[in-house]
Amino acid sequence: MIFKGRTFTFGDNIDTDVIIPTKYLVTNSPDELKAHCMEGIDTEFARDVCGNDIIVAGENFGCGSSREHAVLAISGCGVRLIIAKSFARIFFRNCLNRGIYPLEFKHTDQIDRGNIIFVDTDRGILKNETKNEEYEIPKFDAFITELIELGGIIPYARKQLNIR
Amino acid sequence: MPMTLTQKILAKASDKVEVVPGDIVEARVDLVMGHDVLMPLAFEAFEETGATKLFDVNKVVAVQDHFVPAPDVKSAEQSKRLKEYVKKYSMVNYFELGRGGVCHTIIPEKGFVVPGDVAVGSDSHTTTYGALGAFATGLGSSEIGVSMALGKMWFRVPEAIKVVLNGKPGRYIGGKDVILEILRRIGTDGARYCSLEFVGDGIKYLDIDDRLTICNMAVETGAKNAIFEVDSITNEYLQNRVKKDFDVLKADDTAEYKGEIEIDLSKVVPLIAAPHSPDNVKEVHEIKGVKVDQVYIGSCTNGRIKDLREAAEILKGKKVNENTRLIVVPSSQEVYKQALQEGLIDTFLEAGAAIGPPTCGACCGGHMGLLASGEVCVSTTNRNFIGRMGSKESYVYLTSPYVAAATAVAGKIVLPEEA
Ligand code: SF4
Repeated sequence: MIFKGRTFTFGDNIDTDVIIPTKYLVTNSPDELKAHCMEGIDTEFARDVCGNDIIVAGENFGCGSSREHAVLAISGCGVRLIIAKSFARIFFRNCLNRGIYPLEFKHTDQIDRGNIIFVDTDRGILKNETKNEEYEIPKFDAFITELIELGGIIPYARKQLNIR
Repeated sequence: MPMTLTQKILAKASDKVEVVPGDIVEARVDLVMGHDVLMPLAFEAFEETGATKLFDVNKVVAVQDHFVPAPDVKSAEQSKRLKEYVKKYSMVNYFELGRGGVCHTIIPEKGFVVPGDVAVGSDSHTTTYGALGAFATGLGSSEIGVSMALGKMWFRVPEAIKVVLNGKPGRYIGGKDVILEILRRIGTDGARYCSLEFVGDGIKYLDIDDRLTICNMAVETGAKNAIFEVDSITNEYLQNRVKKDFDVLKADDTAEYKGEIEIDLSKVVPLIAAPHSPDNVKEVHEIKGVKVDQVYIGSCTNGRIKDLREAAEILKGKKVNENTRLIVVPSSQEVYKQALQEGLIDTFLEAGAAIGPPTCGACCGGHMGLLASGEVCVSTTNRNFIGRMGSKESYVYLTSPYVAAATAVAGKIVLPEEA
């Protein structure tokens, strides 16, 4: 997969209450949720973000509640790639299922807000075009790669049910 | 290869002789739990898979607990949608408001989980059920939908951290202090992707309510699951609740752990997590005197009968401070009834507390106790993230029912013995 976009940077331990507060969980619509995305920490994000933009964060991104709405809110903003030092596990799984690529990358401190980043997951490279820097990135194991290629857990289940 | 308890459960559920950390397994699930906020989305996913019936109607549970009684029309619609799905798929395990309570209280209470089970829920605090020796973890709504369709789900076999609890806890020390001690040591990502496995001779001093509290908040360390060995206390708890048989698995003596945490329970002191993170843990005496607008006693962390008994022990014959309001929310109908019978509710009412119906209430900022800007709340819940219980400019401290009740009396943070 190939991604290219402008970054929005965040710190460590960005929790799902910050990404989308519980009070907005009365809808499943990414379009409605996106208006409040990141409201708890960055009131301008939802207004400024546009398609192809990339979220960059520190450790444990998406910790806290299991709400898939956090991923829906982010995908509603058009974001398809999140680069973080590490992800909270439920959030990571939710990303796989909602068309967001959760890229674990240790050097997110080298990326500043507004940098243009290019990622090629097949070739395993990340380029910071603004700073003219290139890094190697890890690849997922076979099962997760298959899950991503299928488009997440729902197509995966559909396939399994058809086999039965 | 020797295995930890979590590894044994996952191996068994995926028909494997052994598994090692990092393996991805597809495991059968024994319980799928969902609630009003996240289960409607799970049912949408379920239908998208093309499934037409639940994999096993006895193994799926739906609970109305987050936004009930509905605070607004949107929540009412959501709750109604869950009810429609429950009908459509002929669910038998459905807990309407007034007949259940907070999901993580009623699942153990009603005997839905036995040792060795694989339990999943549309809620991160599903880890709670590890108190009974089960592998229990939270999943997103799509995966819950798929679990309801297939009766299985993929898991990465976690590395384990062994938590050895020794010694006897002192007066006023319970499960909440133990998990806060762990959070103080390892932080909110100290156990990320790992299982926390509790052993040691201190365990015998922790009853199931304490263990439920510990496993509940274990997710705050980033853990995938938390699990207690099964002992006579577990068996006694399960005796009159569960109908199904179960095998008790044990970790191998030579199982490998990624890390070990040793806690001498006799040295644990009353703890409190200051804003805005559950790992911002202080000893209560360090921050004594902080003025408090609201005290909240409830939730899946500390809203069970033991918690209400502890709160009532402090509040008996006393009054809530004039500058503070106290909200008590029994976390299930059963807990509520028991509390009534024991006179605990009388104690709360006489002290000047408001009693809420058994729901999630204000724990996640849903309703019935939201905080205004600048307000400070001492709460027995599990998260104090920015805006979790209301205004982004409010401040939440997490602590035990003892400290919370004492704080309600004093109107400021104090130690239990000072109320
Ligand atoms: S009581 Fe709080 S933490 Fe527990 S399930 Fe309800 S909202 Fe979640």
